[in-house]
Amino acid sequence: MRFFACCFLIAVTGCQRERRDLRPAPPDTALLGIASRQSELEPGGPQSQPSASNPFHGNAFAISEGQRLFGWYNCSGCHANGGGGIGPPLIKQEWTYGGEPSNLFDTIVKGRPNGMPTWGGRIPEYQVWQLVSYIQSLNNQQPKAATAVRVDILQTDPHTIITRQEESK
Amino acid sequence: MRVVVVSVFTTTALLAQQSALDPAGANATAIRDLGAFFLGLLGLIFLMVIVLALIPLTGRHHGIEQEPLARTHRPSERTESKLGTAVGFATAITIVILIGLVIVSVSVGKSAIGTLDRTHSLVIEITGNQWWWYIRYPNDNASLIVVTANELHIPIGRPVMIRGTSNDVIHSFWVPNLQGKRDLIPSRVTTEWFQADRPGRFRGQCAEFCGLQHAHMGLWVVAEPPDQFEKWMAHQREAAVPPSDRVKQRGQEVFLGAACVLCHAIQGTSAAAQMGPDLTHFGSRSTIAAGTLPNNKGNLAGWIADPQNVKPGTHMATVPIKAEDIQPLIEYLESLQ
Repeated sequence: MRFFACCFLIAVTGCQRERRDLRPAPPDTALLGIASRQSELEPGGPQSQPSASNPFHGNAFAISEGQRLFGWYNCSGCHANGGGGIGPPLIKQEWTYGGEPSNLFDTIVKGRPNGMPTWGGRIPEYQVWQLVSYIQSLNNQQPKAATAVRVDILQTDPHTIITRQEESK
Repeated sequence: MRVVVVSVFTTTALLAQQSALDPAGANATAIRDLGAFFLGLLGLIFLMVIVLALIPLTGRHHGIEQEPLARTHRPSERTESKLGTAVGFATAITIVILIGLVIVSVSVGKSAIGTLDRTHSLVIEITGNQWWWYIRYPNDNASLIVVTANELHIPIGRPVMIRGTSNDVIHSFWVPNLQGKRDLIPSRVTTEWFQADRPGRFRGQCAEFCGLQHAHMGLWVVAEPPDQFEKWMAHQREAAVPPSDRVKQRGQEVFLGAACVLCHAIQGTSAAAQMGPDLTHFGSRSTIAAGTLPNNKGNLAGWIADPQNVKPGTHMATVPIKAEDIQPLIEYLESLQ
């Protein structure tokens, strides 16, 4: 009995899923806009790349906050609920500007041609990462344990669009 | 620490203005009287039970013959029938009293609302949000609509109809001095009627647990004479005052250039978002963060610089604003009378 209680405690405390950073770390402004690069060519030789990994990976709270912000900042105005409309869909495998978390971060912060606004300097960095977490969760790139069983706007099941695409190949 | 001291101080000051025992309208009076009736009747019954329980302790047993339990393990038939009669009588009278109390309670609930003359009522829409109140005075003429937050003005002597709903979870609208609780439910509209019979400032509170900052989801109801109310309404319909000097001008630039503009609206500027409270007449409101702190420059600076310190979990974003920009921003916001 005590063994199981210990296991439970370790499982609960060792898990980042429910962690809530109510007071986010000050923004790493050096990161804005240079989280990742599109070209391998660099004048003057390669320079050290600032590391940019999603600080909220696997965090259920960040994903749900991202979902809220997705509506508040009217991302759905162009991307609908991830399926695309005026803007491209956000549930896909081929990303025009890269599908890594750092690419998504850059796309939100810098904006992209043909309509994606530049959000850098407008929304705090931690909220950008929360949006990235949510977009990743739409693409099954977040741990199952952290993703909502039932997203309010989307019916998610193991057979998402991506796994269906893979099955049809 | 300072925030804690301030909130303790303000909370004790506010308690006097949030009390179901100090009714300012017919609804609240009926509810207060009902409470007094329940307290009196049930207190009397409680005293009777205590007295009846004390009588056996005097040591004199009349009527009921107690036989040694060790021998029979059962009281005699005569004792049993007497006990049965007593328990049956007590149960019957309890049921009668309970049913009577239900009838009284329901009829008071119905009559308190029914006595209001609804023909010339004022309709106010209230939407609960985590953790603030969106308040709208609808009008067929769109330019006469008033939108504000966390501070409700009502005229005295005129019935008010609240049409309430919620944007996220279930909240409950409760101003103890004026009415009972009314839940605000997502994608449903609930209605509530009340009337203030005397002027005053009454505090309301969310009465349905709604998340981290449920306790800091307060609102103020300002009941005032009709002419003052109409003056307030006319003022609320106006656009925000433009910045009058260089500092406030800079403050407006900061507001429109930072994340503030993504959630808040200031009529008369390009800020038109509806996710957070409307700030068009922010300076005229008495509190910030839904009744959490008195509205003054110091509290506002603390709130903007670090909202999560004042109200952990709030959806107000921690916006990186340069230190030298905070003062102009506050000067501008406080000038929005």
